[in-house]
Amino acid sequence: MKIGVLALQGDFAEHIAMLKRLGAEGVEVRLPKHLEGLQGLIIPGGESTTIGKLAVAYDLMEPLRAFAKDHAVWGTCAGAIFLSKDARREQPLLKVMDITVQRNAFGAQVDSFEADLDIAELKQATDTTHPYHAVFIRAPIIESVGGDARILSALPDGRIVAAQEGHLLATSFHPELTNDARFHKYFLSLAS
Amino acid sequence: MEQQTGTFAVKKGLAQMLKGGVIMDVVTAEHAKIAEDAGACAVMALERVPADIRAQGGVARMSDPELILKIKESVTIPVMAKCRIGHFVEAQILESLKIDYIDESEVLTPADEEHHILKHNFTVPFVCGCRNLGEALRRIGEGAAMMRTKGEAGTGDVVEAVRHARTVLGEIRKIQNMPKEELMAYAKNIGAPYELVLETAELGRLPVVNFAAGGIATPADAALMMQLGVDGVFVGSGIFKSGDPAKRAAAIVKATTHFRDAGILAEVSKNLGEPMVGRNVSQMPEGEKIAGRGW
Repeated sequence: MKIGVLALQGDFAEHIAMLKRLGAEGVEVRLPKHLEGLQGLIIPGGESTTIGKLAVAYDLMEPLRAFAKDHAVWGTCAGAIFLSKDARREQPLLKVMDITVQRNAFGAQVDSFEADLDIAELKQATDTTHPYHAVFIRAPIIESVGGDARILSALPDGRIVAAQEGHLLATSFHPELTNDARFHKYFLSLAS
Repeated sequence: MEQQTGTFAVKKGLAQMLKGGVIMDVVTAEHAKIAEDAGACAVMALERVPADIRAQGGVARMSDPELILKIKESVTIPVMAKCRIGHFVEAQILESLKIDYIDESEVLTPADEEHHILKHNFTVPFVCGCRNLGEALRRIGEGAAMMRTKGEAGTGDVVEAVRHARTVLGEIRKIQNMPKEELMAYAKNIGAPYELVLETAELGRLPVVNFAAGGIATPADAALMMQLGVDGVFVGSGIFKSGDPAKRAAAIVKATTHFRDAGILAEVSKNLGEPMVGRNVSQMPEGEKIAGRGW
């Protein structure tokens, strides 16, 4: 399976390495023409303002929106912000997922953290029972989900950190920074 | 549920988010906004860019916390700040300001000519400079979660950045091809922790993100460093000492993303105005070079 990884800025190489581990081919996407022949797309972690500006500068916004209509797309951290319909400030967004996000919701880098999450759907989909160890880096939260979007995971205090809307997936945290490939497996099942 | 902050994965992780990006030196909140608008993935807040530190001389220290906070308030991207080599109290102050990354930097006047900061003691992550693999792995051994090759800051001459990147990356290629029994002697010879030499040989790269710095002044310079194999670039004096900082900053960001596409590189290199004047490193007296600071 050929999966694109938006390679404008951020940790796209980590996603490509994880895809390779699962037997899928990761393709770097920097220009609209790179979207041809892909079965899904991952928008990696990075700086959402940088990714947004480069996507606008190289005419990727409309091709990405069109791609998201009929392909699986997953955004991690900055990628989740980029997919959202509202990030509570002026910056380029794809607005393809009915989620509202708040950037840097946990504070500065000294507040970045690791935590175990209990994600029923992920455990069921991958036939496993152990918790999911998640890495949050200057992470956003998903303030609210609307329309067909639903909550996949929330912290004990109720703050939403993962959501799904059909074949679109958003996570505040970074599965690509761990050795746990379950989220990538889950995404590949949405893409196939 | 327990949340753990300040883990090495979290420290190293922020640097991974900066990959493929440009970190720009800024001395005012206005500069910081220009940098963010141009697509910088982070800014380095300081009182004087390296070219001015060179020109003005004297002791260069951590910047005024008031200035750093003003810059921090003006942008949403990560903000870094510099402390002097070995000056762990400056680092404590920067950590209390909730800066996102500390650069223990040779650009400032060293506070200790023998020891660097024990960076494992901090929750905030550190980036440090290196000229070769031994220096890089010593810093990582002390807890640095990101490296940058030093180059020669404040010159606008990319030659030292190239030298240091080629040295570090070349040494990694060398140990990848060494039989394992030779790695202990190699670690001894370069003064690096053996375990980190092993890890680097197995990974085929440094165990943390590695940017290039020191002398990058044009989009072509940035793309050159990316093609050599670094993960991203720092641009210090090169932007705000040039004729049209906003335009040059945006061009360097684009060049760092599209570093293999010569057509795009040609396009973004057009009409950028005056580059920073620059100083030729090969004609510079040894005493004026700062890359040698760090042990």
